[in-house]
Amino acid sequence: MSTSDQTLDEILNLAAAHFKVPREKLSPDDDFFKMLGIDSLQTLDLLTKLENHFRVELPDYELQGVSDFRTLAGRIQARL
Amino acid sequence: METTKQHGEIAEKAPNRSPEAGLSWTLKDGVIELGLHRAPCNELGSEALEELEQFATFLQRVQGEAHALIIYSEMKPGFCAGADLRELYQRSQAMKQAEAIKGVRDFLERIHRVLNLIDAAPLTTIAAVHGVTFGGGFELALACDLIIADKMARFCFPELRLGLIPGFGGIPRLKRDLGNSVVRDLLLTGRSFNAVKAQQIGLVSQVVGEGESLRAARATAAQLKKFDRATAAEAKKFIKPIPHEELKREIDLFCELFARPAVEAGLRKFVESTDAQPYLP
Repeated sequence: MSTSDQTLDEILNLAAAHFKVPREKLSPDDDFFKMLGIDSLQTLDLLTKLENHFRVELPDYELQGVSDFRTLAGRIQARL
Repeated sequence: METTKQHGEIAEKAPNRSPEAGLSWTLKDGVIELGLHRAPCNELGSEALEELEQFATFLQRVQGEAHALIIYSEMKPGFCAGADLRELYQRSQAMKQAEAIKGVRDFLERIHRVLNLIDAAPLTTIAAVHGVTFGGGFELALACDLIIADKMARFCFPELRLGLIPGFGGIPRLKRDLGNSVVRDLLLTGRSFNAVKAQQIGLVSQVVGEGESLRAARATAAQLKKFDRATAAEAKKFIKPIPHEELKREIDLFCELFARPAVEAGLRKFVESTDAQPYLP
């Protein structure tokens, strides 16, 4: 089973690849809306990518108030 | 109607592929294709409804010559994000409540006529979906016999967030296809779910790679051509009842809910959001 750090790392890699942003520009406590320049529809795309990658189901209401990668990783980790 | 003969088959193109048109359709080799291309994500407002009604007239005219209908979207964000909530809010604000409710009922009855026609059409209908397939968009897909989704598709009934229920026939059609517990989950939580989950619960017939849903739908339509059209139409009629009474009750309940203050507040929140498309709950 992945550790939180592994999960966080995988999320950062996935987000960088999907939104074509250099990986080194993303860090765990970044506001992903701002860093990735995405809106709520694109956040749903990210959610789908994460669900498919981690093979979990994450209700989108669990993203309420979540805007940084570290907290997002915690939500995913709780489902593994 | 522009008509050209190609290799002995009739190819018809709707005369409405102007820059302003949000829909266009063709009939070729027995397959009708309805393409949705209204920015930003095929929202269903009054213009879309008029175009759907034109398409419905075309469908009734040619359905005896076709064995399949594919509905798909050309818009990047997805298949269809649902009702045009901005138009709904602006129009309802511009009139007295009784008039607004009458307008809503009229809209619902018209869109139900179109979706019922698609639902009952004597040919196999396929929704080839990707991305956002929400609300009225989800209901359009549910009117089809098969849903083929690419792996980035997401489905949702967010209406409860607005103090409403799905009004384009979603509840009766969902109940027809899925177990009640799944219907409750979708409706009462308003959460979105992905294509893999949709296939697991029996909603989606195929999950394909990103961008592949139209190709897969066309391959399925090619397979369907091998079967006797009349037999396929009878089989469909036998296994797929149209829940007419429930569909009418859904319209009544929607109109009743629309009169409540929570709806105006929900619509205003959506319209006034600074996000380009506030689709997160």
